[in-house]
Amino acid sequence: MENEEAKKEKTEKKVKKVKTWSKNDKIFLGILIPVLILFFCFNTLPLIKGFYYGLTNFRGYGNYDFVGLRNFKDLFSDARVGKSYLFTFKYALIMTLLVNFLSLVLALGMNREIKGKNALRGIYFVPNILGGLVVGYIFSFIFTYILPAVGEATGIGFLQNSFLASTKTAWIAIVIVGAWQGIAMNTIIYISGLQTVPDEVYEACMLDGASGWKKFSKITLPLIMPFVTINLVLCMKNALMVFDQIMSLTKGGPSQSTESISYLIYNNGMSGGQFGFQSANAFVFFVVIVVISFLQMKFLGGKEEQL
Amino acid sequence: MDNMERENNEIQEDVAAKSVAPKETEKEIEKASEKETEKKPPKMKKSKGAVGGKTVNVIINILLVIGCLTVFFPLYMTVIIAFKKPSEMTNDVAGALAFPEKWNFDNFAEAMRVTDFWHSLGNSLLLTGVTVGICILLHSLAGYVIGRKMARLKTFKAAYFYIVSGMFVPFAVLMMPLVKQTAQMGIANRVGVIVLYVVFFMPMNMMLYTGYLKNIPIALEEAACVDGATAWQTYWKIIFPNMKPMHATVAVLTAMSTWNDVMTPLVIMSGTDQNTLPLAQLNFQSQFGTNYNLAFASYLLALLPILIFYIICQKQIIGGVVNGAVK
Repeated sequence: MENEEAKKEKTEKKVKKVKTWSKNDKIFLGILIPVLILFFCFNTLPLIKGFYYGLTNFRGYGNYDFVGLRNFKDLFSDARVGKSYLFTFKYALIMTLLVNFLSLVLALGMNREIKGKNALRGIYFVPNILGGLVVGYIFSFIFTYILPAVGEATGIGFLQNSFLASTKTAWIAIVIVGAWQGIAMNTIIYISGLQTVPDEVYEACMLDGASGWKKFSKITLPLIMPFVTINLVLCMKNALMVFDQIMSLTKGGPSQSTESISYLIYNNGMSGGQFGFQSANAFVFFVVIVVISFLQMKFLGGKEEQL
Repeated sequence: MDNMERENNEIQEDVAAKSVAPKETEKEIEKASEKETEKKPPKMKKSKGAVGGKTVNVIINILLVIGCLTVFFPLYMTVIIAFKKPSEMTNDVAGALAFPEKWNFDNFAEAMRVTDFWHSLGNSLLLTGVTVGICILLHSLAGYVIGRKMARLKTFKAAYFYIVSGMFVPFAVLMMPLVKQTAQMGIANRVGVIVLYVVFFMPMNMMLYTGYLKNIPIALEEAACVDGATAWQTYWKIIFPNMKPMHATVAVLTAMSTWNDVMTPLVIMSGTDQNTLPLAQLNFQSQFGTNYNLAFASYLLALLPILIFYIICQKQIIGGVVNGAVK
C-alpha cells in the first residue's frame, strides 16, 4: 500500500517536472542526446558486445556458435587465467603499498623547509611524464646488462643474473619500473595534501607535547586521509591495468610468469584465437575492477577526518 | 667518471631549477588543494617547530638530492648509449657508465630513417592535438549542459552518473569488441583512435568541468539572457572563456594520456602503416636487433618531445595533474 503511494507520488513529481521543462532545458537536452549516443556507442555498446562475444566460441574470424556460459565456467579452471589474476593482484598490492609508502616519505621530506624545493619536485616528477613503454625498454637494458655487470664487479650474487631471465625475479623488475613511474605522481598528490594541513594544528600539537611518529600518525595522517584515498585508488587502478611495462620488459615471460590480465586479453584474444574466451575474461575483469573500486571507496571513505 | 656524471646531473638540475618560476608551482599546488589554505602559511615557524630543526632538514635535503640520481640514472644511460658506437659497448661497469668517445649524431640520423621518425612524430602530434581540441570543446559543453541542469532535472542527473560510471571500464575490457566495431565502421585508423580517446576521457573530463562549473555564478548567464543572448552565444561568449583554468587541466591530462598511450593505437591502427611515437618503438624492435645504440637513439628521440614540453610547461603540467587527481 505504502509502496504504491510512494510510486504515485514519484510519477506525479515526474509529470510536474516534465511540464516545467523550459525552452532552455530542451536546447540543453538537444546537446546532451548526441553526447550520450556517442558515449553509448563506444563505451556501453562494446561492453555489452563483449559480454555477448563471451557467450560464443568466436576465434576472431570465421563463423562461431553460442556456447552459453561455458567460457565463464572454463575461466575458473583455466590455469593460465588463474595465474594471470594471481600475478596482477600480487603486483597491484605490492605496488600500491610500496609506492604509497615511498611517496609519502618523499612528500614529507619535500614538504619541509629545504633548499631547492621546487627544483626537487620538478625532478622527481619527470618519470611520470615519460611513456611506460619506452621507459620499460630502457630499464630492460639496465636489468639485462648493467645490473649483472654491477653484480660481477661487486660480487653481489643476486644481481649477477638478469632479473628478467628468471620466473622468480621477473616480477620484481616490473615492480621497480612501475614504482619508478608511479612514485612521481603520488608524491605530488601527497605534497598538495600536506599543504592543506594548517600550521596552527602543528603548533597546537607542539603545545600538547606530541611530536615525531605520534604527531604524524595522530594528526597528519588523519588530516590527509582524503589524499591517501585518492592515491591508493589511483595506484591500485593503474597497477591492475599494467600493460606497457609487461609489453616492453617481459612480454609475459619467462614461461608466462608475468602475464597481467590486460596482457593476456590482448595476447590471446587478439592473436591467439581465443576471442570469445578472452571476451568472457575481460567481462569478469570488469566486474572485478568495479567491485574493488567500490570496496576501496567504502572502506577508505569512512576513515576521513574533517577539521 | 663519477665526477663527470655528477656534473652532468648538476647541470640538468640547474636547468630544471631555472625552468621553475619559484614559488609559483607551490602556489599552483596550493590552489589545487581545495583552497583550504588561502594565505601562504608562515613556513619559517614550522621549520623551527620541527623536531631536530635545521640539521634534520639539511640531512633530508642531501638525501633528497641523492635520491634524484634514481631519476637521472636511466636517463643518463639512455643519453650515453644513444651516442655510442656498437664497438664501444663493453660488459664492465666503468665502460658502461663512461661517456661516448665522440658525440656524433649518426645513430640519431639512422634511427630517424629506420623508424620513420617524422611520420610517427606527426601522427603523435596529430592524434594528441585533435584529441585535446575536441575534448576541450565537447567535454566542456557536455559538462556545462549536465552541470547546470542536474540539480533540477533527473534526466541530466542520470546522464551524469551514467557517463561518470564509464570511468570504471578499463580499455582492456572494451578492446576486442572495439577492434571489431571500428573495423565494421571503417574507422580502424587514426579517426577511430581519436573517437575512442574522446569517449574514453569523457567521464573524467566531464566530471572536472561539472565540478568547476560551481565556481561560475549562474547570475552571469541570467544577465546574458536578459541582454537577449541565445543559449549558444551565452555558452561560447561567457561560460567557455570562464572555464579557462579547467581547460588547462583537461588539456594537460588528456595530452599526457594520449601522447604516452600505446594500447589504443596498437590494436586499432594495426592494419594501417601508421605509427605513433611509442608504437614505432614497439614495431621496430626486430629491426633494432642487438644494435642497442640505434634503439636508444630512437628511444631518446621518442622521449625528447615530452621532456621539452615538460621543461617549458612544468608548472601547468604538475598543476594540471594534481587538479585532475584531487578533484
